Amino acid sequence: MTPPRRPVICSGEPSPQNPEEATSGEALTPGRRAFLRTAAAGAAMAALSGCGTSVEEFFQKHFKELKPDELARVLARIERRNKERFGRDTKVGADGPRPGVEFGYGLDISRCVGCRRCVYACVKENNQSRRHPQIHWIQVLEMEKEHGVDLSHADLYYEADAVPRPGKFYFPVQCQQCRHPPCVKTCPTGATWKEPDGIVVIDYDWCIGCRCCMSACPYGARHFNWATPNLPAGELNPDEHYLGNRPRPKGVVEKCTFCIQRTRRGRYPACVEVCPVGARKFGNLLDPESEIRRVMETKRVFVFKEELATQPQFYYFYAT
Amino acid sequence: MGPRIRCFLLLAAGAGPFLAGAAAGGGPKTADEKLVEAEAPPFSEGIFPCSSCHADLPKNGERRELAFHDEQQSIFSHDAEHRWCLDCHDLENRDVLHLTSGAKVRFSESYLLCGQCHGDKLRDWRLGIHGKRVGHWDGEKTYFLCVNCHNPHAPRFKGVTEVVVEGKRTVAPTQEYLKPEPRPRRPEEQRQ
Repeated sequence: MTPPRRPVICSGEPSPQNPEEATSGEALTPGRRAFLRTAAAGAAMAALSGCGTSVEEFFQKHFKELKPDELARVLARIERRNKERFGRDTKVGADGPRPGVEFGYGLDISRCVGCRRCVYACVKENNQSRRHPQIHWIQVLEMEKEHGVDLSHADLYYEADAVPRPGKFYFPVQCQQCRHPPCVKTCPTGATWKEPDGIVVIDYDWCIGCRCCMSACPYGARHFNWATPNLPAGELNPDEHYLGNRPRPKGVVEKCTFCIQRTRRGRYPACVEVCPVGARKFGNLLDPESEIRRVMETKRVFVFKEELATQPQFYYFYAT
Repeated sequence: MGPRIRCFLLLAAGAGPFLAGAAAGGGPKTADEKLVEAEAPPFSEGIFPCSSCHADLPKNGERRELAFHDEQQSIFSHDAEHRWCLDCHDLENRDVLHLTSGAKVRFSESYLLCGQCHGDKLRDWRLGIHGKRVGHWDGEKTYFLCVNCHNPHAPRFKGVTEVVVEGKRTVAPTQEYLKPEPRPRRPEEQRQ
């Protein structure tokens, strides 16, 4: 299915009138027609420059339709923009999915101590806005052992001198990379889709910021840039992916991508590497020797909000 | 990290001539994956090799309170009611450990000792379910040892801290619980 064209998102100048319509009934000479077309194009250019979008950017094809040379130009443009915005050199890649790989993520609830190291490792790795707005792709919920996994007894804002607190357990939530993602279904512009390796990605150049996906996601995993992300240049992670951690503009939605810039190159996600208790497992679901497959075969595994039939590729388990 | 515990721990490079039983099992190695063992946390300073003191001391296998090893004894909580030093440390060769079978085990393979009682954890650890690995999900990865997260004398997990051993970054267990990172801002605080 071909995704629809991106509608005009910027205001400022009124959109040019259709010249034919404006002069209906009047016989147009070819010279006059050509003049109107040029004038209309000129007005469109002026409108574009008014909202900081280049012509090239405005007419950019959908990511999946980009030819290799077009993609290279797009990536070069983003690197140039990064340089202008942060004064630093970055490397923006677009590594594709590998054949025979389907990512799976396991989180051991019996081990997680709720230290939130993963939250901030993720922020650092994925260039999230630090504050105004503050965006966290991972949200660690403190829940009560007495009630089990129950969102009506969950606290995102817990504060403690030491964790785990008695009687509590911790339940980190991030994008579940659903096999039937409601967010993808609802996106009006085809700006978000599921890749063959299972990662649900967002093209920030095609996102119009309507936030339909956010209301569709049952996990609260999508976050909106209400303002231009506040990202100190010194803390920028220069190792970037087009569909992942490249710096976002104002007005687009973002979410966990299993650290696409790392995992497509074989590395573990940042949250797996930082977890001090080893509660986070990651690997290829199609490889029977992988850690995640061993977990699924030998432990008590469940998915969050199973009743919604989103079929996550993110699994919670109890190793004890 | 203070000079606590750790008498047990460590990869003893050149810990002496070996010793039956040590080769049985081995780490969680599989044929096609490159698995690298993390550095074990360091011993308390000056405590290893144990034989540097014990060589000249009389061998006494009787269970008793030890005046010298207070650092370990004060925190000892590993089935303390039933066990003491020489259940794991070897009386004859002070620089090694021993299994219940009597087979000697290097300090660097202390997971074999742990696995005697915690066999389910040893099995999970070898498969990468228990414990932590870093590096590549499809290639070279570093696995941490039991002693990187659990103090053998007080094994209940509390927290870990980063340490550098022989120029390599690794982790060591602490006796303090972790303090969580700051909570996220509430929606009403986002504009402030």
